[in-house]
Amino acid sequence: MDAAVTIEKLTKSFGGTRALDGLDLEVKVGEIHGLLGPNGAGKTTTIRVLLGLLHADSGVARLLGGDPWRDVERLHRRLAYVPGEVVLWPNLTGGEVIDLLGRLRGGLDTKRRADLLERFELDPTKKARAYSKGNRQKVALVAALSSDVELLLLDEPTAGLDPLMDAVFRECIVERREQGHTALLSSHILSEVEALADRVSIIRDGRTVEVGSLAEMRHLARLSISADLAAAPDGLSTLPGVHDLRVDGRHAEFMVDPGSLDRVLGTLASAGVISLTSQPPTLEELFLRHYGDQQPTTHAEDAVRS
Amino acid sequence: MSSLAGTGALVRLALRRDRIVLVVFIVVLVVMVGASASATVKLYPSEASRVAAAGAVNSSTATLAMYGPIHDATSIGALSTFKLGIMGAVAVAVLALFLVVRHTRTEEETGRLELLGATVVGRRAPLTAALLVASGASLVAGAGTALGLIAVGMPTAGAILMGLGFACLGIAFAAVAGVTAQLVKSARTAAGLAGVVLGVSYLMRGIGDASAGNGLGWISWPSPIGWWQQTRPFAGDRWWVLALLLGVAVAACVLAYVLATRRDFAAGLLPDRPGPAAAVASLRSPLALAWRLQRGTFFAWAAVFVVVGLVFGGLTSSVSSFLTSPQATDFIIKLGGVQGVRDAFLATELGMTGVMAAVYGVQAAMRLRSEEAALRTEPLLATAVGRTKWAWSHLAIAVVGAALLLVAAGVSAGLVSALQVGDIDQFGRVLVAALVQIPAVWLIIGIVVAAFGLVPRLIVVGWVALAGFVLLGEFGALFDLSRVIMDISPFTHVPRMPGGDFAVAPLLWLTAIAAGLFVLGLAGFRRRDVG
Repeated sequence: MDAAVTIEKLTKSFGGTRALDGLDLEVKVGEIHGLLGPNGAGKTTTIRVLLGLLHADSGVARLLGGDPWRDVERLHRRLAYVPGEVVLWPNLTGGEVIDLLGRLRGGLDTKRRADLLERFELDPTKKARAYSKGNRQKVALVAALSSDVELLLLDEPTAGLDPLMDAVFRECIVERREQGHTALLSSHILSEVEALADRVSIIRDGRTVEVGSLAEMRHLARLSISADLAAAPDGLSTLPGVHDLRVDGRHAEFMVDPGSLDRVLGTLASAGVISLTSQPPTLEELFLRHYGDQQPTTHAEDAVRS
Repeated sequence: MSSLAGTGALVRLALRRDRIVLVVFIVVLVVMVGASASATVKLYPSEASRVAAAGAVNSSTATLAMYGPIHDATSIGALSTFKLGIMGAVAVAVLALFLVVRHTRTEEETGRLELLGATVVGRRAPLTAALLVASGASLVAGAGTALGLIAVGMPTAGAILMGLGFACLGIAFAAVAGVTAQLVKSARTAAGLAGVVLGVSYLMRGIGDASAGNGLGWISWPSPIGWWQQTRPFAGDRWWVLALLLGVAVAACVLAYVLATRRDFAAGLLPDRPGPAAAVASLRSPLALAWRLQRGTFFAWAAVFVVVGLVFGGLTSSVSSFLTSPQATDFIIKLGGVQGVRDAFLATELGMTGVMAAVYGVQAAMRLRSEEAALRTEPLLATAVGRTKWAWSHLAIAVVGAALLLVAAGVSAGLVSALQVGDIDQFGRVLVAALVQIPAVWLIIGIVVAAFGLVPRLIVVGWVALAGFVLLGEFGALFDLSRVIMDISPFTHVPRMPGGDFAVAPLLWLTAIAAGLFVLGLAGFRRRDVG
């Protein structure tokens, strides 16, 4: 078995709203898999189907070789979950919640628990009602990471964490990957997925629109070019494959389709290149490719500013 | 920014959220009060028949403890409203206190108020809005009641006083809840504290009224419900007593505002102390968690049941002190002597503890839904805990807890009653009379479970069913409802003990129906989506 999670053509409707509309997802054992999508794309619904909390209308969902709806108790001993919205029992302390969830999962590693409390700078003696959002999130993270489980299901796990704690979270996930554990990380925070995920599934309106490693995806996406030229460039705006062109005197910035790079460089060279920087697309740009209502066409004329 | 800014918007928000429950509550109240008054008139057409009925009421310790005396035996209004008057007043008080807690502490606890608080909402606006909504609802309920009573031909002055009494008691308890909502962080506890004030107030009135023959009538005087009763609508119309209720309302409001301005958002008066850094070894199952979450509530209820048992048991001996009038002599003969009167009293009171245990059971079982709706179930079900096991955690607290409460009431009532009567056998008779209530209570919990599994959005049917059963029991006979309709209520089938015949069959099939509802509900819960 080399897939921790397999989902095929999964659908789920709530009343008239179609939350999942033929979603596909495969998480391989030992990888950190990013599940990217904006609010309402179906990320949480997907995870809740995997947890056996929701019953899918149709399609296949397999988790650690079992059926997430039927084999709940057996499967849940092998996974830990961090919800997107952490709600705790107001009169229990953080430490009590961590212990309780760990024990119900089948046991927790007390040494690791102590280590995580220290790294996340979490006071376990506070009552849950006194925790801030970020601290509630930490309680859920410590509870999940204290158990020695094969699979982590993380639903926007860093919501509310400050950048320092965000970094601690990333370290922890990287450590888990080194130990051969698997994680499904849902997020709309692109830098987080970019830093952690081996592979990414981008979902939109309950469907998977793109799957692959970031390196693969970047081949499909535009490069961002910024150039200082000896003379004002001529003819850039009419070249196919050039987008979002902004020309300010002898400085030009634009996006270019990978296939048009050669001709663009020729045009730039004829104007005389003084300096040129080229950046691979950020995940934001990958994201926008799927979330712009339509693929932006060349509106170079409109974009020219002088 | 004025400290009251945004009050109007909050009032509109509250009315928008509660529009259905408020309308239903007020309509049911007005219809019940009006219809029962009108039915009483038909039942007792002559003045002689009314005097006889009032005499029977005033000579029964059970009715005195439950509803209080009829102060003017010749007044048609006093007889027509002796039950629904006090029940309606208490219902309005309960509505008012729940409204205030719901729109203050609940909103704070869930963090919704924080969202609103960041807009143009003044510091005092939420409390003011909640008090306005609760007072407004009380006034409308009171006005509706007055109009309803006038419409069925009751004297106008008494009807208006009855309505004003409802409104004033509602406003007073809205203010009391305004205070308790400032004291503690949990909305549940805040409502519970205000409920305790109401309960103690009712109990004191009950003790006072039932012991008036022994010179202990003054016990009902320090009670707001006692004051409400002392307005004596249709039996002397003492308007000035309303001032006492309004005095309580004003004092409590002042206290609530003082407390509100001295505390931080989402805080109580006492700061949270640090708790244990690790869970005790026993906190390792859903049941242990459910017990941890519900034990405070359970112990509070247990204390109430012990006290109620002591009070009811203690009133056993005062039964005979009312047996002086000619009507009472009739009454005794009908019931089979002093022993019969005592038994009738205890059976009525223990029936009341059955209803109270059902209230406990319904709220304990509803934890299932409130935990689920608050998303606190999700992290538990994401561990190796199955749905059925999780559901049984809170259900066990409801099922076993309700039974234990009845044991507590039965033991305390039995002990005191046996001491007073001087017969050790009395203990067993009273205890059994408390225990026979258990299957009916379980059946009502079963209704909650079935709703939870099959139609979780309509979980409130648990309360609706319980209220319906109580109304059937209280007023079914008055409206001359057919046996078939009366039989819908599980309480109809509880053997009337002590004194009545013990029958095991209804207990068995009530339990069987309860079990069936549990199976149905849990099967539904296993099949449905969680969240």
